[in-house]
Amino acid sequence: MYDGGKIITGIIIFLLFATFPFYYNIGKANVKPDPKLDTPVIKQLAEKKCVESKEYMRANHMQILDDWRNMALREAKRTYRNAEGKLFEISLQNTCMKCHSNKNKFCDECHKYANVKPYCWDCHFVKEGGAAK
Amino acid sequence: MGALFSFGVVIALVIIALVGVKGAHLQALFGVVIPYAAVVTFFIGLIYRVVKWGKSPVPFHIPTTCGQQKSLPWIKHNKLESPATGKEVFLRMVLEVLLFRSLFRNLKMQRSGDRVVYGSAKWLWLAGIVFHYSFLIVLIRHLRLFTNPVPSFVSLIESVDGFLQIGVPNLMMTGVVLLAAVTYLFLRRIYIPQVRYISLPADYFPLFLIMAIAATGILMRYFIRVDIVKVKELTTGLARLSPTVPDGIGSIFYIHIFLVSTLFAYFPFSKLVHLGGIFLSPTRNLANNSRMVRHVNPWNYDVKVHTYEEYEEEFRDKMISVGIPVEKNPPAEENKTEEASEESEGKE
Ligand code: HEC
Ligand code: HEC
Ligand code: HEC
Ligand code: HEM
Repeated sequence: MYDGGKIITGIIIFLLFATFPFYYNIGKANVKPDPKLDTPVIKQLAEKKCVESKEYMRANHMQILDDWRNMALREAKRTYRNAEGKLFEISLQNTCMKCHSNKNKFCDECHKYANVKPYCWDCHFVKEGGAAK
Repeated sequence: MGALFSFGVVIALVIIALVGVKGAHLQALFGVVIPYAAVVTFFIGLIYRVVKWGKSPVPFHIPTTCGQQKSLPWIKHNKLESPATGKEVFLRMVLEVLLFRSLFRNLKMQRSGDRVVYGSAKWLWLAGIVFHYSFLIVLIRHLRLFTNPVPSFVSLIESVDGFLQIGVPNLMMTGVVLLAAVTYLFLRRIYIPQVRYISLPADYFPLFLIMAIAATGILMRYFIRVDIVKVKELTTGLARLSPTVPDGIGSIFYIHIFLVSTLFAYFPFSKLVHLGGIFLSPTRNLANNSRMVRHVNPWNYDVKVHTYEEYEEEFRDKMISVGIPVEKNPPAEENKTEEASEESEGKE
């Protein structure tokens, strides 16, 4: 090879960058999120059900929150009818967080894993399970 | 035609992934086997191409220059445009790779009355650089799916990229900008007749492929959502070489990753390999020092020459015997050499 030294150095530098995800995780515990559903309110529920089905919530809860925000603030609608026809008061703090009052053991579990930091809490208030993000 | 054909191929890829996952439930194939195969192809193919280039001799010394060559001390040397040393070449390469300087010089031939003028044409450069950097940033942001815990530089990039705080989930600018830039690059090929004339399926296909990857990514993030926690279980599994395939991930994810796998596998065999090629372009990476250092074509073999002296040496007896004059006659040797040296002195 002509200029073999330089080319091989280049290839090695490239590989160091490109294979980053393969060696970065070595030796690090692969902590999976474990959102806890053991809040007092949920324990008292007869039917342990969220606003919508669990599968739907896992993928689309941010969509629901966004829709709720628009419904409440733009259309002045403060009740939400879910797929089963059950009614919920539209409120992040008084609905979601009443059942899921353990924010750092619930919301944050997943969010830390997925590396999302919803900025909602800049304004919205979180009770006890709170402050820590 | 080329465009339609390439578009058809990309649509076929989407349908293959959709049928494979929805119809045949081949999640493990599309989520694990194909991505691994694609990544291995990518690395081996890319290294193979680069090594092959490295083995190809450069017969001529052909740096392109557009500045004053290093010359006499009072003539100002343009170090970037006509680098004379390795260090200057390195600087020029860095600027070429990071800022696409030679594309910045792109010109457009125009008619002004009956004269031909060359106007500046920066749009290609702008779209090109925006496209490459947003691609890079999107790629780096994807590391959040492959690392656990996520390194802080990824969070930093995410927070800058999402600082507009539009919508939920937070809008990432580079994703949209990437799609816009690649769309511009495609429209450019369609709208400029000369460029359309020279465009081949190999030019359209990567554009459509990247467009489709960005479009499925955007759909997945903002519209047809998937369970990112499960996706991350799959992707960290890939990175840790202990693959798992959680059920319940939407088909759109498999379409996205199948298109990405196609891109990776296609990469080393296509024009996209300019990722490596740019570093091995002789017109860019050679110093313009041909007046200081002799460039020898590496495949020059030692030419066998038979000089007149050798010829005479071999046949002198025969030449003398038939009366052919010879230069070097054993008795007249001194005479001749004197003459020869006189001659050469006279020339000087
Ligand atoms: C009536 C109480 C209640 C309310 C109000 C409620 N949830 Fe839930 N949530 C639950 C229960 C119970 C589950 C577990 C459902 C299951 O296991 O099927 C759950 C599950 C979830 C999950 C999936 C967790 C997992 O482990 O997969 C998410 C995400 C979630 N809720 C978010 C929200 C958000 C966001 C809101 C407000 C829009 C909300 N919840 C409102 C009770 C509630
Ligand atoms: C700049 C401060 C601010 C931020 C940041 C913010 N909100 Fe709000 N939000 C408000 C205010 C003020 C209201 C109005 C409260 C009312 O009228 O009941 C509101 C109302 C809402 C409502 C409906 C009413 C209620 O009581 O909950 C929802 C749902 C909501 N926000 C969701 C969100 C979500 C989700 C986020 C994060 C993506 C978020 N908000 C971020 C200030 C904020
Ligand atoms: C099952 C795991 C899980 C739970 C539990 C969960 N989330 Fe999420 N949430 C996610 C994931 C994953 C994302 C990121 C999705 C993406 O990047 O597309 C997200 C994103 C969000 C976003 C949008 C953030 C942004 O800026 O993009 C909001 C708002 C949000 N979650 C609110 C909540 C609230 C409030 C709770 C608790 C009541 C909650 N989530 C519980 C997994 C979860
Ligand atoms: C194996 C590699 C890849 C995987 C597993 C993957 C997976 C994903 C996932 C899960 C999302 C949704 C993110 C969310 O909902 O928050 C996404 C979004 C996206 N992807 Fe990919 N992707 C890969 C490679 C690529 C590549 C190479 C590109 C570059 C063209 C790309 C472009 C996008 C874009 C533009 C988005 C939209 C959201 C954003 O801007 O982040 N992806 N991808």
